[in-house]
Amino acid sequence: MSEIKVNERDIIIPGEIIATGLDYLPSGNVIREGDNLISTRVGLVNITGRFVKVIPLTGSYIPKRGDLIIGKIADIGLSGWRVDFSGWPYQANLSLKEASSDFIERGADLTKYFNYGDYIVAEIINVLGSKIIDLTVKAPGLRKLGPGRFMQVTSAKVPRVIGKQGSMISMIKEATGCRISVGQNGVVWISGDSPEKELLAVKAIEKIEAESHIQGLTERIKEFLEKNK
Amino acid sequence: MAYTKRFDGRKADEIRPIEAKVGVVKRALGSASFKTGKTWAFAAVQGPKDINRFQQDPEKGVLRCNYNMMAFSGSGERVRPGPSRRSKEISMVTGKALLPVIDLGSFPGAAIDVYIELVQTDAGTRCAGITAAAMALADAGIPMNDLVTSVAVGVIDNKVFVDVNKEEEDYEDGMADIAVAMSVRTKKITLLQLDGFVSREELKKALESAYGACEKIKEVQVKALKDKYKV
Amino acid sequence: MINVIKEHMESIFEKGTREDGRKFDAYRKITVEYGISPKSAEGSAKVTIGDTIVVAGIKLEVGTPFPDTPDEGALMVNAELLPLSNPKFEMGPPTIDSIELSRVTDRVIRESRFVDFNKLCIKKGEKCWMIMVDIYPLNDAGNLFDAAALAALAALKDAKYPEFDGEKVDYSKRTNKSLPLGKLPMACTIMKIGNTLFVDPTPVEEEVIDSRLTIGLLDDDRVCSMQKGGEEGLTIEEVDKMVELAIKKAKELRNALK
Repeated sequence: MSEIKVNERDIIIPGEIIATGLDYLPSGNVIREGDNLISTRVGLVNITGRFVKVIPLTGSYIPKRGDLIIGKIADIGLSGWRVDFSGWPYQANLSLKEASSDFIERGADLTKYFNYGDYIVAEIINVLGSKIIDLTVKAPGLRKLGPGRFMQVTSAKVPRVIGKQGSMISMIKEATGCRISVGQNGVVWISGDSPEKELLAVKAIEKIEAESHIQGLTERIKEFLEKNK
Repeated sequence: MAYTKRFDGRKADEIRPIEAKVGVVKRALGSASFKTGKTWAFAAVQGPKDINRFQQDPEKGVLRCNYNMMAFSGSGERVRPGPSRRSKEISMVTGKALLPVIDLGSFPGAAIDVYIELVQTDAGTRCAGITAAAMALADAGIPMNDLVTSVAVGVIDNKVFVDVNKEEEDYEDGMADIAVAMSVRTKKITLLQLDGFVSREELKKALESAYGACEKIKEVQVKALKDKYKV
Repeated sequence: MINVIKEHMESIFEKGTREDGRKFDAYRKITVEYGISPKSAEGSAKVTIGDTIVVAGIKLEVGTPFPDTPDEGALMVNAELLPLSNPKFEMGPPTIDSIELSRVTDRVIRESRFVDFNKLCIKKGEKCWMIMVDIYPLNDAGNLFDAAALAALAALKDAKYPEFDGEKVDYSKRTNKSLPLGKLPMACTIMKIGNTLFVDPTPVEEEVIDSRLTIGLLDDDRVCSMQKGGEEGLTIEEVDKMVELAIKKAKELRNALK
């Protein structure tokens, strides 16, 4: 007899039983132990049809292909750059080939493209183990970041900060007039016309982080931005 | 004289009053404060961190635990800062107590660091540290298949007393002191240390009592983790 | 090499404000809790400045006075930068940063004569009280210098002697007697980025400062200790302005310990 033990959107913790029986199948952050489907993370219960998963509310960033991240140029070598990005202890690689659509010949002054300390928005094109992470900045939207302020959000909350098809972050950009870039590793870059507008964007994002588990988030953020315009 | 009434008046199976909170160190990946009676432990998780080649595991992350007593947290004179043999051993058994429930597969070649600091002590310090560390790891989003809960039980004259304090631990007629950590869901023991003399029957009784105490302590851990998201 | 963070911060400073909206002379919310570890420590306190949390504890021991000060007690201040509080701190022997924090906090207490060392003497040349202050950040959200000083001073205020029968200390029994303390000193660290002077930095601000000056002040606004940090120089006028700002803020900080 299969049974769901909790409600949709309940807060669940590691080891807690979400469902029993063989009718349900474990999905993200859920494992089967005998008859039980248990959570492996602190998060929200999500049941779609027969699939049981947990949407995590905390957790560090795990690099994967296709992710956009924000990192900092740490080193420049003969064949490219090494990039530090917060949340991961090992540096990523940006090769000459992936740095520009220009042909960069060996021996060229690479600091003309990216210098020590530059921040970039890059896409991960390859991950092997934990130490080989290859980046590209050749796709649209990928670039060096200019002066701005940075904030760090929990990696698990980045999807809520961005929203479905970018709806949440677009709402914040429009209301504050700021340019904002969000990396999957939780780094957020904000640059606006005034410190007050930037701070409003920061506060809105902090609010998303604090309240992402409570229903009606989009409405509340909309109201918050309206009230503080 | 036989020990029947506890120094602080508790029943034999009664744990000390607990205050537990999660997410107390904002700059850590996850953290917890756990106070049982007068023993108060903070735990925080940092990482993933890079580690040198010799310590790395290419298939999964390495758990590094560090237990430390603040210099003013001991029961008498100041505790000299820095690792002692005792604290190194506790660090090691703490790690071993937590590993069975943790999945570090997402962090190959890296380390997850758990730091435990004791602010005040009244026995049961390694147990408080492990209990706090388990909450901190869950708060950090490290995948686990259960929490780990830990308590020290005392045995004397075939009687078991759970969650002993220092006065009981130092009881002159001799109380055997057993430190236990377990995954309450699977009832599996992950830390087991003993000082003193116990018969086989006494030991079995003690472990069952420890399980009962851990069930109660786990309820506190669960509530602390969920309270962070209370509306 | 341009620093995009610093460049942006300086442009915000030009508009008269900071990234978190505070004024240059504004501290984040300060809380002080006394006696957080009463069973183990003779005195203890927990201080928060914004999200920064620092705890301090006092242990009192009876020892032999130093040969060159036979009628004085001793004071030792130790601050440890716990890896628990900041992912950038590593396990291991004390780093130069933790040594600096220890020594700067020590000087505020020692040079201000906040503790009457003569009154710590039990028997000249033979026995004296030794005060050991241990300071630990639990969360580093910037401005550990000021938080550490506040925590140490609060713990000293909180401290009570343990019972001493002339031979041995009984730590299980505490008297009602406080330490021999004088007028409360205070430490205030002033930061400089470009031409802007400000207090109570966040971690982002701390990363890009040009200079800092930690100023220890007596109750009557005289300066009793100083420590300059950071890679850029300071003009005499700048030092003077920093002292002026520190004197102004010290009053506020002292109120937190009332």
